[in-house]
Order: sequence, then C-alpha cells, then structure tokens
Amino acid sequence: MPNLKDLKNRIESVKNTRKITKAMQMVAAAKLRRAQEAAEAGRPYAERFNAVLGGLAAASGGGDSAPKLLAGSGADQVHLLVVMTAERGLCGGFNSSIVKMARAKAEQLLANGKTVKILTVGKKGREQLKREYGDQMVAHVDLSGVRNVGYDNAQSIAIDLIHRFNEGEFDVATIFYNTFESVITQVPTAKQVIPASFDAPEEGASASTIYDYEPSEEGILETLLPSGVATQIFSALLENAASEQGARMAAMDNATRNAGDMIEKLTIQYNRSRQAVITNELIEIISGAEAL
Amino acid sequence: MADTMQFDLVSPERRLASLQATAIQLPGVDGDMTAMPNHAPTITTLRPGIVRVEAPEGNAEYAVTGGFAEITATGTSVLAERALPVAEVTQEVLDSFVSDAAAASQNATAANLDELAKRTVDIAAMASDLGLSVKPA
Repeated sequence: MPNLKDLKNRIESVKNTRKITKAMQMVAAAKLRRAQEAAEAGRPYAERFNAVLGGLAAASGGGDSAPKLLAGSGADQVHLLVVMTAERGLCGGFNSSIVKMARAKAEQLLANGKTVKILTVGKKGREQLKREYGDQMVAHVDLSGVRNVGYDNAQSIAIDLIHRFNEGEFDVATIFYNTFESVITQVPTAKQVIPASFDAPEEGASASTIYDYEPSEEGILETLLPSGVATQIFSALLENAASEQGARMAAMDNATRNAGDMIEKLTIQYNRSRQAVITNELIEIISGAEAL
Repeated sequence: MADTMQFDLVSPERRLASLQATAIQLPGVDGDMTAMPNHAPTITTLRPGIVRVEAPEGNAEYAVTGGFAEITATGTSVLAERALPVAEVTQEVLDSFVSDAAAASQNATAANLDELAKRTVDIAAMASDLGLSVKPA
C-alpha cells in the first residue's frame, strides 16, 4: 500500500492537472465562439462565389475552351493530397481523423498505381505523416504564427497550388479537413479543388437567368477560378479552425471530468489508508498497555 | 419602376454592407459602370477601384481590390477579394495593397504579366482618387 505522503502528492498533482484542463477548455470555448463567427461570416461569400462559378463552369464545362484549372490536365496520374491539420495537439481525435482519412486515400491511390504527393498545412499532420510518406512530402505550410486564419493565408496556399499545377507537378489536388458539425461531431472531409469542382447551383436559382458577361464568359472564368480555389481553401481553413476548438473543448471537458473521478478515488484511498494507520497505532498502544 | 435594389457587399471574411440602394457605380475591368434597378443581368469582374453606392439613407464608398459583381434586375452583389469603407483606407492600407500586387507580380507568368501590371496602375489610380499617393515599388 502506497504511503500517505505519496497519495497526498498524487492528489495534489491530479488537482493541478484538472485546473489546467479546465482552463484549456474555457479558452477553447471562447476561441470556438470566435471561430464559429468567422466561419459564419465567410459563408455568404463562399456560397455566392460557388453559385456563380458553378453556373459559369456548367455553361462552359466540357468545351475545349475550358481553362485547364477547370478541365484538368487530362491525366489522372499524380495526386496531391493537401492535409490540413492543427498546429497543436490536445484536441482529441481531431488530427488523427484527418490523417487517417488521408492515409487511407493515399493507400488506395498507391494500390492503383498512382503517384501520391503530400502537402501539409499544420504541424501535427506533418509529424504523423512524416515517417510513412517522408519522401512524398513536397511542402509544408506553417500557420503556427497565425492567430486567426485570414483570406490571405488561403490565398497564398491557393497561389502555391496553382503554380505547382501549372508546372505540371500534379494532376489532381484534394484537400482534407474537418467539417464542423457540432462541438462533439467533426466530420473528416475530402474535397477535390483542382481540377475545380463546384457544387451544382440550386435548381432554378441562377440557372434560369441569362447573364451578360464582362469581359467575356471565358475571361471571367479564367480570372475567377484561382479565387474560387482560394475561397474553397479558405472555407476549409475556417471549418478546420472551428472544428479544432470544438474538438479541444470536448477533449478537455472529458479530461476535466476524468481528473475529478480520479481525485475522488484517490481521496477515498487516502482516507482509508489514514484510517488504517490510526487503527494500527491504536492497536499498538492497546497491546502495549495490556502487556504491562 | 422600383426605386431601389438590394445591394450586398461581401468579402471572404465578412459582410460589409447589405442595404437598399438606388444606384451603384462599379469599377468594371472594361470600364466603370453604374447599376440601377432593372438592370439587365450581368456578371462583371472588377479592377481595383471604388464602389460608390447611392442609397436613400446616404451614399457610401468602398475601396475594393478586385473580385466580381453580379447584377440582376432586383439586386447587385459585389464579391470583393478585399474591401473596406473608403474612410478606413489609410496610407498604410494602401501600401499593403501595393505590396500585395507587387508580390503577385513576383510569381507572374508571361500570360498574366500585363494583367498584374494593370492592377498596379489601377491601384495607383484609386489612390489618386482618394488623395493618397503610391510610393514607386
């Protein structure tokens, strides 16, 4: 049986851990609210953008004149997986679930004889994938200095991707991120960004209107596609940020509760041991007195 | 005839304006245009410049750095890459526009070099409209 002093130390230590996890949970809750607001604020733009681009793409889709970014490079050999994770851990299965999904996709592609390249956004994903796919990693985007992800971050990733695409480094790019559903559910999502794919516009929404285009339909499509890629990456980053905080909040809530349970158990054990020591001492005194 | 139309100005990060307007002057790539209610449906890309909104409650001006506008008979939505009220455009902000444009020119390809050069010129034009000046890069 551990002695009383050890138990007491142990209880103190778990109490401190509980304080830390409790604080982290509260910080995550505050950040989550902000991240959710940001995600909501970004939604109208992304929706409109997708609707307009979707309409445009549908109109010119399949034609020979369609830009490369939309039509693809004509091949399906080299796949670039853009794995977006958090910069920090302690957020439950958040990072692992994205990595797991990306890994499954990579395995599947490799089994089909495709070439896989990996670009990571966020430190945690890189750490997890480095060992297995170290040779296939082409780049890493570090967002650790970024407090709140902005459109600039998304844009620079998009510019980099498009640049690589134009250089012929890959044929298909897919982004992996977590979609924020609620604090307890984040859904790992894979989305193909190059060649660009857009959700079909809603029936009868903009499809029925015939627009005039300035300068020209192709011209607009050409200028807007890169922004379209950036917009998709931006919404993924926002979703990811909200999911990360949600996951961290849930994980820390669990940790706090576990620490509480542990303190309870240890306290009971401590009290029992103390009682045992007292009883022991009493017995010793009594038997000592009797012996006299 | 309807006197006003819905005007929305959104950037990726937030919605800047959503109001009823009587006329909106847009810096289209092919030249400025003014959208009024019952305008023919049009989609146009924008160059860096100033969006002027005339509304019953008062006029407003926003600086945008590009993006596009979707005009229909009943409304106009401007989706700008970066947008902010003119009053908030300071020399510092302008400098960041310029440096962004310069950064974009860095990894320009032959195909879009003209476009990017034009962008820089457009920003300079916008600056002089606002009474600010652009330092040569």
